[in-house]
Amino acid sequence: MKNFLKATVAAIAFAAVSSAASAADLKACYIYVGPVGDFGWSYQHDQGRKDVEKHFGDKVETAYLESVPEGPDAERAIERFARDGCGIIFTTSFGYMNPTIKVAKKFPKVKFEHATGYKTASNVATYNSKFHEGRYIIGQIAAKMSKTGTAGYIASFPIPEVVAGINAFMLGAQSVNPDFKLKVVWVNSWFDPGKEADAAKALIDQGADIITQHTDSTAPLQVAEERGVHGFGQASDQIAFAPKAQYTAIVDNWGPYYIERIQEVLDGTWESKSTWGGIAEGHVVMAPYTNLPDDVVAMAKETEAKIAGGWEPFTGPITKQDGSVAAEDGVTLEDGAILGMNWYVKGVDDKLPQ
Amino acid sequence: MLDIVQAVLLTVITAATPLLIAAIGELVVERSGVLNLGVEGMMIMGAVVGFAAANQSGSGALGVLAAIVAGMAMSALFGFLVLGLVTNQVATGLALTILGLGVSGMIGEAFIGVPGLRLPKLDIPVLSDIPFIGPVVFQQDAIVYLSFALVGIVSYCLFRTRIGLILRAVGDNHTSAHALGYSVLKVRFLAVLFGGGCAGLAGSYMSLAYTPQWVENMTAGRGWIALALVVFSSWLPMRVIAGAYLFGAVTVLTFHAQALGAGIPSQFLSSLPYLATIVVLVLISANRRLTLVNTPACLGKPFVPDR
Repeated sequence: MKNFLKATVAAIAFAAVSSAASAADLKACYIYVGPVGDFGWSYQHDQGRKDVEKHFGDKVETAYLESVPEGPDAERAIERFARDGCGIIFTTSFGYMNPTIKVAKKFPKVKFEHATGYKTASNVATYNSKFHEGRYIIGQIAAKMSKTGTAGYIASFPIPEVVAGINAFMLGAQSVNPDFKLKVVWVNSWFDPGKEADAAKALIDQGADIITQHTDSTAPLQVAEERGVHGFGQASDQIAFAPKAQYTAIVDNWGPYYIERIQEVLDGTWESKSTWGGIAEGHVVMAPYTNLPDDVVAMAKETEAKIAGGWEPFTGPITKQDGSVAAEDGVTLEDGAILGMNWYVKGVDDKLPQ
Repeated sequence: MLDIVQAVLLTVITAATPLLIAAIGELVVERSGVLNLGVEGMMIMGAVVGFAAANQSGSGALGVLAAIVAGMAMSALFGFLVLGLVTNQVATGLALTILGLGVSGMIGEAFIGVPGLRLPKLDIPVLSDIPFIGPVVFQQDAIVYLSFALVGIVSYCLFRTRIGLILRAVGDNHTSAHALGYSVLKVRFLAVLFGGGCAGLAGSYMSLAYTPQWVENMTAGRGWIALALVVFSSWLPMRVIAGAYLFGAVTVLTFHAQALGAGIPSQFLSSLPYLATIVVLVLISANRRLTLVNTPACLGKPFVPDR
């Protein structure tokens, strides 16, 4: 049912984008998994697209398709863009991986960029951001600011990226307060403001006075504001929704990457690679620190600078929940171990759904 | 301990109210023999129009009113197509949902990332001072009180008044109702409008009270749950309350179970509200005769007056 609806919406969206003929040097096209109005993941990608338009002006034309379901429909959408004269196509969700590779084989001259995946080809690059770097910082802030010593974490789906986020938050918190407690609630949805709000209320009722989330809406932060506790923005700066409650936000900043890659296509220097940028590259940006005492801001900025200097939050000693050693003192986890993380660090008050 | 029970109950009320309002509206529509699958579309339109109107005027009441009108406008379109042009009800209802999702996204574009205003809580004097119950039940916003009033009124009208009798007659046997001289199409159109108004109201509760903000697709399938509740409640208003509150309660309790670290797989917990609601409503519907009597016999069947 839902897929049918999405497919229909996607079909309608097609008609809207495919009409414009271009006089620009390059057409850059984007495929989004959600609506651009989600104020989260897809919204931030679209902000990146707008940055591209602003930067290149008439030289680059852009187009996008929103709410494209992952799977066979995506293949059609990507192929349509390739036929339509797009020079570079950004597919911005994990589930677009195989369709992207498939279409890329048919259109060797078109450049493809797939977000959050791991399969590349001569004309397919991948890109993702180290959001867990930001989560380490907010974990530190949470441990400094919490009076109850307990934070609540609203999580979406038990995939490695989300698990790594929880672990990074916990490591950050433990670096300040080794006894810090973290309660995790899985809502099994990326986007359902009502459920996210209910989960936030449940966590606060059980003693969490810091709320953070790996879901896409501002609802948890709004609940925090209403209940007089604190939290962090997700994907975009959400201070307008919680002027008293937001300490900072982890902002997805795709604009610089998009501009860089499109410039490379224009220059003819584009080549396939895997980019995993973080705070150092400016792909992950911390929103202004607010509602915090000076010493905590100083600590957060210091950690931010340390990470920007190349330090990885997943550096030992790290102990897994079951007591086994994940990384010895001073040893940094490899990228693959972080990208495939399926275990909790010690201290997380939850059992990882398998 | 009491505090946490109170807190849970408060959360349950917010979670159940939009389902209850949308479902009670659809119940009236289906009692008249029309199946409107566009609840989700009307609800999301109510959410966006309610948010926009409240945002522009600064008045929550105006927002709610605008949402009801928006829901009714959507349902009027549905009524015109289904009753006037005798289009297929299932297809038209689905189209209404798709239309609502699309148009709401367009209207709402300017309001993304704009904090909304929250409907004020109305404390009912004296009653709100009752220990334990008072703060939970009598310190709510107007829409919550309205949702209970709606169920009472619908239940009374449906089974105790002439209007209700006519509505049920139209839904059970439109040929006979027509032969008796009642305007089947007029009754159905009014029922459809009522359903639209309720869906719009439910939508405004989402964007003005539950989570005061606008984001695309924010109703997240609640219209479909409301539709299912109507069927599982075997078209009885009081059972809709039971269904909506049970659904809300189980949803909220699963979050608490997780936060306590109960160690139950979250995927199972996420499906629990659906399972529990279906099981309970099937159990209370075990009386097959009662269910049969309450199922509108002409549900979904088109009617074309011969003269």
